[in-house]
Amino acid sequence: MSSLIESLSQKALDAGIPFGVHIDLTWRCNERCIHCYLDHEDAAELTLAELRGLLDRLADAGVFFLIFSGGEIFLRKDLEQIVAHARARSFDIKLKTNALLIGHEEAAWISRLGVHQVQVSIYSHRPEIHDAITKVRGSLERSLRAIARLRGLGVRVVIACVLMKQNAGDYEGVQRLAADLGVEFTLDPTITPHLDDYHSLRELNIGRDELASLFHNQALTGNADICAPPPPVDDDVLDSSPCSAGHTSCYVSPHGDVWPCVQFPIVCGNVRDSDFLDIWNDSPQLHEVRGIRARHLTTCSACGHVGTCTRCPGLAYMEGSMYGPSSADCEKSFARTGIPSENMRRKAAVPGQFDGQRLVQIAIPHGQA
Amino acid sequence: MSGCYPKRPANLASRVLKGEAIIMNPADSSLFNLNETATAIWLAADGRTTLREIVEREVCPRFEVDSESALRDAEELVQALAAQSILILAEEPGDE
Repeated sequence: MSSLIESLSQKALDAGIPFGVHIDLTWRCNERCIHCYLDHEDAAELTLAELRGLLDRLADAGVFFLIFSGGEIFLRKDLEQIVAHARARSFDIKLKTNALLIGHEEAAWISRLGVHQVQVSIYSHRPEIHDAITKVRGSLERSLRAIARLRGLGVRVVIACVLMKQNAGDYEGVQRLAADLGVEFTLDPTITPHLDDYHSLRELNIGRDELASLFHNQALTGNADICAPPPPVDDDVLDSSPCSAGHTSCYVSPHGDVWPCVQFPIVCGNVRDSDFLDIWNDSPQLHEVRGIRARHLTTCSACGHVGTCTRCPGLAYMEGSMYGPSSADCEKSFARTGIPSENMRRKAAVPGQFDGQRLVQIAIPHGQA
Repeated sequence: MSGCYPKRPANLASRVLKGEAIIMNPADSSLFNLNETATAIWLAADGRTTLREIVEREVCPRFEVDSESALRDAEELVQALAAQSILILAEEPGDE
């Protein structure tokens, strides 16, 4: 299926169509996860009527893949109506949730409406670890109960485990838990900085050795090739776009702001003020993002990893510049291959800029990346 | 077969991109991309129109093919789509 998706994504890119849109329905939440990047204030969320209008416009624009996320989406009393409207417009729907509020009734409508996938955040197989991260006692047990309920109705469930210092040793336990429950498992070792303070939360990132052990764990990655040294960089690599954000996908906040991606908080317009397609087609910010090629990147264009790096332009933006490096992704490239990135080399050359074992934890001042 | 009533199942996700349908079956995460002719037939499959009528109305005039050979191809197509659970073939007309 992946090659078909790639082919369809290329068609969407050629046609200038937003193929996938991620909508945060709320930033309110019933957990208080220590690594969360959101402000949980309820500030004028899009209403049901506004969301229905937006979904109609997205369908007309050709959007196929839709993610509803938050915050905790089940805090919206109108969630079933929102999802029902989206399904009536034939979107492929994925829900991201902590599942605490998924009872029998919610599981039943998720199944009935044909939601493709429900992704549930689980941080550990041990309640004392998971609940300490969510700050809600009993949350692991409740989330697992909901997962079993969904599976009982045949709903596809994915357990998503964000890895941080607090649960660094538990991912194999979560992976086993997922297997026992008959659900899929995905792991994310990246902590997104808080949207109110782009230099916060980095201290939660796992250490370099732990990151390396993840990438070299074939039971986890299923692919030894990702740890091979990067191939030589050629013009094709330098002319490539670094990421799909803003090219075939974008994000809409609970208040209607359009960003290139949930991890790329640059406001390109607001669907309350402008038609979605006008923003998608005419936003100067999106045009700038789309114009970026690997050869335009200030440091990364000289880096041997540039063709294989998972560089996130949003993390780079929060670090100082959308044209600059994302240090967290430099760490991943190094962890995979043992070869330092150009960004790491340059920092190592500046006294006081590089503590060899703690690069990912360094708070980089604005504009310095 | 030509008198059957093809119908799109309600649980599918779909979108038409440049005249070609993209279809996701959430039951097994299988993804399909139909060509323009197959898309025209699939989109017209409302459960109330026979395959023969669909071919004569949607396929022959648009793709300039004779109805008998178009119908033979369409019969093969709908059987293949039904085998993948992205089309239902009913003997009686139903509600859309």
